[in-house]
Amino acid sequence: MSSVRTVLRPARRLWRTLTSMRTALVLLFLLAIAAVPGSILPQRPLNSSKTDEYITSHGTWGRFLDKLGMYDVFGSVWFSAIYLLLFVSLVGCLIPRIRLHVRAVLRKPLPAPRNLSRLPESASYEVAGAPAVVAASARRALGRRWRVAVRGTEISAEKGYSRETGNIIFHVALLCALVLIGVGRLFNYEGQRIVVEGDGFCNAVIQYDSWRPGRLAAQGDVSPAPFCVQTLDRFSATYTADGRATDFTADITYKDNVDAPPKKGRITVNHPLRLEGDRLYLLGHGYAPTVTVTMPDGSVRTKTMPVLPTEATTLLSEGAFSFDGPQGAKQDVGLSVLFAPTPVAAADGRVSSISPQANNPALAVRVFVGDANNTGLPRSVYSLDTSKFGEPVGQKNLQVGESFTVGTGAKKVTVRFDGWKNWVSFQVSHDPAQSWLLVAAVAMVIGLLGSLAVRRRRVWIRLSPGLGAPPAGGGPSLTVVSVGGLARSDSGNFTAEFESLVERLKTEGNVLERDQRLRRTPV
Amino acid sequence: MSGINGSAAHLSDTFFTTAISIYAVGMVGFVAEYAFGRRGRIAATVPATEKVLVSAGGPAVEVRAGVGAPPGREAAGGPRNPARVRPSGAERVGRFALWITMLGVLFHGASIAVRAAAVDAVPWSNMYEFASVAGIVAVIAFVAVLWRLPSIRHLGGFILLPVILVMFFAGTVFYSDAQPLVPALKSYWLAIHVSLIAVSEGAFMTSAVFTMAFLAKQRFDRREASGEKQGRFAVYAAKLPAASTLDKAAYRIIAFSFPLYTVAVICGAIWAEAAWGRYWGWDPKETWAFIVWVIYACYLHARATAGWKGRAAAWINLAAFGSIIFNFVIVNVVISGLHSYAGLN
Repeated sequence: MSSVRTVLRPARRLWRTLTSMRTALVLLFLLAIAAVPGSILPQRPLNSSKTDEYITSHGTWGRFLDKLGMYDVFGSVWFSAIYLLLFVSLVGCLIPRIRLHVRAVLRKPLPAPRNLSRLPESASYEVAGAPAVVAASARRALGRRWRVAVRGTEISAEKGYSRETGNIIFHVALLCALVLIGVGRLFNYEGQRIVVEGDGFCNAVIQYDSWRPGRLAAQGDVSPAPFCVQTLDRFSATYTADGRATDFTADITYKDNVDAPPKKGRITVNHPLRLEGDRLYLLGHGYAPTVTVTMPDGSVRTKTMPVLPTEATTLLSEGAFSFDGPQGAKQDVGLSVLFAPTPVAAADGRVSSISPQANNPALAVRVFVGDANNTGLPRSVYSLDTSKFGEPVGQKNLQVGESFTVGTGAKKVTVRFDGWKNWVSFQVSHDPAQSWLLVAAVAMVIGLLGSLAVRRRRVWIRLSPGLGAPPAGGGPSLTVVSVGGLARSDSGNFTAEFESLVERLKTEGNVLERDQRLRRTPV
Repeated sequence: MSGINGSAAHLSDTFFTTAISIYAVGMVGFVAEYAFGRRGRIAATVPATEKVLVSAGGPAVEVRAGVGAPPGREAAGGPRNPARVRPSGAERVGRFALWITMLGVLFHGASIAVRAAAVDAVPWSNMYEFASVAGIVAVIAFVAVLWRLPSIRHLGGFILLPVILVMFFAGTVFYSDAQPLVPALKSYWLAIHVSLIAVSEGAFMTSAVFTMAFLAKQRFDRREASGEKQGRFAVYAAKLPAASTLDKAAYRIIAFSFPLYTVAVICGAIWAEAAWGRYWGWDPKETWAFIVWVIYACYLHARATAGWKGRAAAWINLAAFGSIIFNFVIVNVVISGLHSYAGLN
């Protein structure tokens, strides 16, 4: 028995410490401080290449921070530890509070303390009338907004229960919100895909360029909704005269599932396409030049490849084309290209761009012929592996419709710049918990308003027979009315409210005066 | 799409500069009233009488005189009556300063309205415009409070000083030319989310000013009580309203602006869901919005915790406001993220 107690006592003490307001305060502070490095250091989930750059440029210090999890603060053990402790502390604090509040709501207001004049607000006066009569009139004066308990000649009144109700709603909604965020994290997924005008894709893991699933989605416990974007019909961007973008619009044809009839849809920057459970976003756009190549063996191939912007403001983009020749012939053709939407000649003879709008675009092409180093391993399609190609056989800046021929014999290649299309990058997001999270957030706000705007206050009225003799002529006896008030929250102006309540009690309670008033009014 | 009306944008800038100059004149007037005014002097005598009551009457009276006393009444009942007989010179200067400030608000409002017409959108889509709107909110909030509580007029300088500073930096360092909206900002959430943020942060600033005054006054009272030597600026602290009044005013403003800020952040999350594909992504601006929210939550909890009330809570309030400043200046200028609308580059 005693051994159980020796185990339980520290455990209980620990629980009490954890659920105290002071601990909650410290944990809240820690949460705020722990979030700071997440905004100052590069974060791997947001930008992994920037993170790697930072680590390499900061040497030991950079690697040390990596060990601490400083590049994924919001997924780190210590950040999770803080909010889990806060979560537990909140639960431990809330359960007794809910119990107390339910009891307070069910119970009558508390009996009056012995000495009402000791309370922060108090008043005392004498009126004519028997205590029972004065009590009835005091009850009337309080009106219906107070919860009142009459115990003989003692009246207890309480108001503002919704302050604590709001407080509890806020904290319970906060707990629900945290749980819903966690659930969303488990079941969500995010896929990105670049689509050239005229192409499409289906919502399947293998069709994405990048795929970021939540834990359960990664294990295959979430099956993506089977919608398909049949074609990207048209992408259009509008610009101001000085080349600033004002609008992006993607028109698509899509199907809710493989067998459904195709529908038309439009996606703009702030308006994703909302399908059942999935949202389709327009995240970025760029250009996809079309190139026709006459291979060394005489065959003619045409390809359209998206190129990736290297400058966000001018959409000067880089990309690569790769055409495989007959196996083993070392007649593969690789093109490393630079696409300038509105070309200008740069100082070094290279082409540059001054605007993101396509206006007689130019394609700078460097041609490689030889071994494309096809190892079968996955690699980026946006840059060329020139490790086995050697030096380029030629290069030229082409306008649309222009072509040029380089090399001789087994390395003779003709390249023509046919034109260009737009590409857009789509993101598909899935989070089954987010609409419920919005409900929880709204509940949080409602609870917060209640807990900050409503004031909890208590008033007690005690009636005792007056000491003085009753007025001459056998009039009604005197009653001493003592009133005490207590505001349990520090907002609002309880003093003024208390004074006006006492005034009301006096006018309502003064039976004689009231009777005279009543007698006078009809006349 | 929409072009920019250059001459209107220029007119807006002229109004903006004029508003700063007018506010500066108003501030000088308020400060003069504060330094030489009778109201200030009478306010200075209030805590002394309070203290007498405390020592004489015990805890019940202390609460009545200190916490319970409505902030307006002591001054409205006391100093107004002698003032009504014949306004003192300082009093007249104070009244003049208030009229001047309202004139400044007119010019400031005209500057914002003309800018809105010039860009054909809500005028708070970059740092300069946001600071301008937050500034006018702070001034209007102060004038609105004066409506109910005319006795704190002599504190106007404390509100106008930070507003003038914010506007000065907005007009110089953070200035950007009138530009059409980038596609991501073309949403009705721009009107809702950013205006809520501007109103709540303007109110947080007012609360921070009251809290600083509270700390100064409390330090003055503490030294007065212990007979310690007062600092060089004690004479100014003496003219502040009672510490409990300042503390309460600071709290009430936060009780108003914290839910507003919460709604603003939730609206931001709803907008982020529509614009960026997720409701929360720990973008630096989002992270700091979270930090600010958590610190104000700390403040509210500290006020309900024994040992943290008063001074500790006041410092937490200032830390929270410091985080707002960090979020506005450092995150916009130094740290890049998705919220890159400062318009500085």
